[in-house]
This record gives sequence, structure tokens and C-alpha cells, in this order.
Amino acid sequence: MRMNRRSFLAAGLAAAAGSVAGKAQAGETGSGQAVVGGEVVLATLLDLSKCIGCGACVEACREANAHKYPEPVKPFPKMYPAKVKAADWSDKRDVDDRLTPYNWLFIQTASGTYDGEPFELNIPRRCLHCQNPPCANLCPWGAASKDGRGIVSINDEICLGGSKCKSVCPWHIPERQTGVGLYLKLAPSLAGNGVMYKCDRCKDRIAAGGIPACVEACPEGVQTIGPRDEILAQARKLAEETGGFLYGDTENGGTNTFYVSPVPFDVLNQAVEKGPGKPHLASVANPFTTEDTLARAVYAAPLAGLAAGVLHLVRGATSEDGNE
Amino acid sequence: MNNRALNLVFRLTVFALLFTGFAQMPIFARYYLADVPGFAWTADYHLNHVLHYGLAVVLLALLGWRLPLALRRRWSASAVLAALCWAGIAITGLVRVMKNQPDAFFSPTLVMWVDWTHLGFVMLLGLVILARVLAARRKAA
Ligand code: SF4
Ligand code: SF4
Ligand code: SF4
Repeated sequence: MRMNRRSFLAAGLAAAAGSVAGKAQAGETGSGQAVVGGEVVLATLLDLSKCIGCGACVEACREANAHKYPEPVKPFPKMYPAKVKAADWSDKRDVDDRLTPYNWLFIQTASGTYDGEPFELNIPRRCLHCQNPPCANLCPWGAASKDGRGIVSINDEICLGGSKCKSVCPWHIPERQTGVGLYLKLAPSLAGNGVMYKCDRCKDRIAAGGIPACVEACPEGVQTIGPRDEILAQARKLAEETGGFLYGDTENGGTNTFYVSPVPFDVLNQAVEKGPGKPHLASVANPFTTEDTLARAVYAAPLAGLAAGVLHLVRGATSEDGNE
Repeated sequence: MNNRALNLVFRLTVFALLFTGFAQMPIFARYYLADVPGFAWTADYHLNHVLHYGLAVVLLALLGWRLPLALRRRWSASAVLAALCWAGIAITGLVRVMKNQPDAFFSPTLVMWVDWTHLGFVMLLGLVILARVLAARRKAA
């Protein structure tokens, strides 16, 4: 845990307020300025060889984020067409063996043999905070977005619960709760279906100079958080030194979560239980290569059109018919 | 290409942009369009996203092409309003493309407003065009 704190301090991010980390930081830089002035993209490293599956992180997450959990209004408004189903976890808040709107982190287990040796590994699973997050890029309503620290979060005040973020997330991380949110004030029968929830990297704690609850609570120091470059270098080094494997550095075009495991991830992926709320560990290609290339054409198009239009005029072209 | 052909391309592009734009919302699957044989692609977010980008290239080039010509015309109040809508749609669209670049980030509040105004300008433009068409009809009658 000390190591985690220290590396976080190195990020120059901790503000003066409250926490032990914050005070130490205040001593070093004199103020909480670093938070305001220099936002650094944060990443976490999870050393899976250390995780004992105790679930302290899951408990801590639930405690730290309970105030963000949905309190749905019942009965839910009737939705049309009838095939649109409500998603209700409000009576199953205790479920902690998968992702739900009330459980943003769970421990997946994988056991089997690799290289003739038996293994059993525990894998804390949550949103990976992608660098180019499909959930946020494709949200049509501006409810999901990525901030300057690389934290991807969903604004529960405007999310309509259409679940598009879940469909386009390669791991289908966000989970829906019906009966809450803005859609209730619009046309609840015809559009929307609640609000989507997932890990927000404890952004309120980070903004206050702290670290995520799950990182802090772990008795084994499984997670380390800090600036992405440093954490990635650390993850690569760890993988190299231990002959381990890395997941999350290139997945989905790059994420801010790096898992290092002594067992290859395709083996782990075979071994873990997958299904609703239980994401896979398969490799994921960058989904936006086409868009990233097209973006250049989008920027150039108006200028190219304008240049052609001016040339056309200069060459003495005549009238144009008046259509917008 | 003559003006008539350009106009046709323009109209088809706008229609396709409207369609792929609305396909960004989870409505085509909910309201059975995607169940119609041959229309499953309407619920494919990634495909419609790429199409929307490609069509935006065509639209932005055409708008750029028209700008110098349009500036030489006399402007009615409704034409000014329509032009403002086009500018608004183009600018908010460009900002959306920028924020989708891997190394970019915009504040969540800005992202929300850009998304909402993009949609808002489209609705407003629809109203303006409708009003202009109705006015032109009344004049002709
Ligand atoms: S893991 Fe899924 S929910 Fe999390 S940022 Fe990536 S796409 Fe979004
Ligand atoms: S970062 Fe915060 S919200 Fe995310 S899993 Fe950890 S405790 Fe939960
Ligand atoms: S608290 Fe640490 S050791 Fe316990 S399950 Fe979570 S990551 Fe693993």
C-alpha cells in the first residue's frame, strides 16, 4: 500500500485536502495547485500474482460509491413497445459476483493448468478507462465522456439509459437501472430506460487529492495508480522481470488499466466465467481506425470545398440556383 | 457536374446524414426498423458512425463550395437563420470529430452541450426549411 501511495504522490496530483496523501503532497509542493494546473492521465497497474481474492476492494468500492447508487422510483413507467424490458437491480443490491448498477467491481477467478503447472488467479474486474472509449465517443447524448485524467464516466443526471455504451463497449461494462434519471421527465414510455452505471475511478476522491477506494483498501498492494507513462513502464518492467503477460496496454486502442499476469490472457479468458456482467479477457483491436483516418478528411473537406468554390467564382462562373 | 446534379447529391447527402445521425440513437432497434429484413444494419452503431463521418466529408465540401456563391446573394432573414443553422451543425460536428480523437479530451460539460446543440441545430434547420417551403408555396399560389 505504501508503494501505491508513493507512486501516486509522484504524480504530483494530490491536493491538500483531507487525506494522508494530500497532506504529504501539500508539504512537497506547497498547495493543491497540481490538481488544477496539470492534469495528468492516470492509469492503474494490477499485479494479478498478488491478488488473494479477499474482496476488500469490492467492499471498499461499494462503500465509497454508495451515495452514487440509483434510488429508482417504483412502479416503473410502462414502456413501449412491450419488448423493451426494465432492468432492476434495486432489490438485488447485495450481488457482488458480477457487475451491476450497485456493484462496479467484482473478482473474477481463473483456475487451470499452464505449462504443466496448476494456477489459480483472482482478477479484479471493472471499467478499464479506455484512451479512446467507444462508450463515450458514441454516446449520442453527451452523457458519457472522458476527462483530462483519462477517467471515463457517465453523467447520471443526463444519461437516458439507452444502453448504447454497453453495446459498443468491448467488455459490455456499463449496467442499467430502470426508474431513475432524466428520461422520467421526458417521454418515459417512448424513449430511454433509466441510467447506466459503472466505475468512475472514484473521480470525486481523486479530485479531492485521494486515491480510488479499491486501490487504498487492498491489503496486498495489488493496484498501483499514477501517471500513465510511468505506470505503463512499470507494468512492462514487471511483465519482463517475471516473464508475465500484459493486458490493457493496446486493447481497444489502449486503456488506462494494465493487468500483469503470470499466465497468458488467452488461457485466463478460457478459464473465467463469462456472461452478463462478467466480461471476457480476449484481445480487442482498436475499433476506431477508420474514423481516425476519416477525421483528417472531415477537417480538410470544408477548406477544399471552399477553395474550389472560390476558384469557380474567380473563373467567372455564372449563377447558382437558390437552394440551401 | 452541373448545379442540378450537385443539388441532388446535396439532398441525398443530407438525407443520409439525417438517417445515420438518428441511427446513433438506440431507436431503430427499439422501434422494429432493424427487424425489417435487410435493415438490420440500421442498428449497427459502428457502421452508421463510419457512414456519418464519410457523409460529413461530402456535406462539408459542398457547404464550403457554396459559401462564396452564397455570400454574393442577397440574404433574407430566413436565409440568414438557415445559414446559422448550417454553420452550427458543421462546427458542432467538427468538434465532435475532434473530441473522438484518441489524444483529445474536452470537458464533460462541453461535450454535453456540443452534442445537444448539434441535435438542436438540426431540428431548428428542419423548422426553418419547412417555413421557407411553406412561404414559397403561399407565394406561388
Ligand atoms: S471499458 Fe467499456 S465502459 Fe470502460 S471506458 Fe472502455 S468502452 Fe467505456
Ligand atoms: S476506482 Fe473507485 S469506482 Fe472504480 S472500481 Fe475502484 S473503488 Fe470502484
Ligand atoms: S483487495 Fe486486493 S487482494 Fe483483495 S481482492 Fe481486491 S485486489 Fe485482490
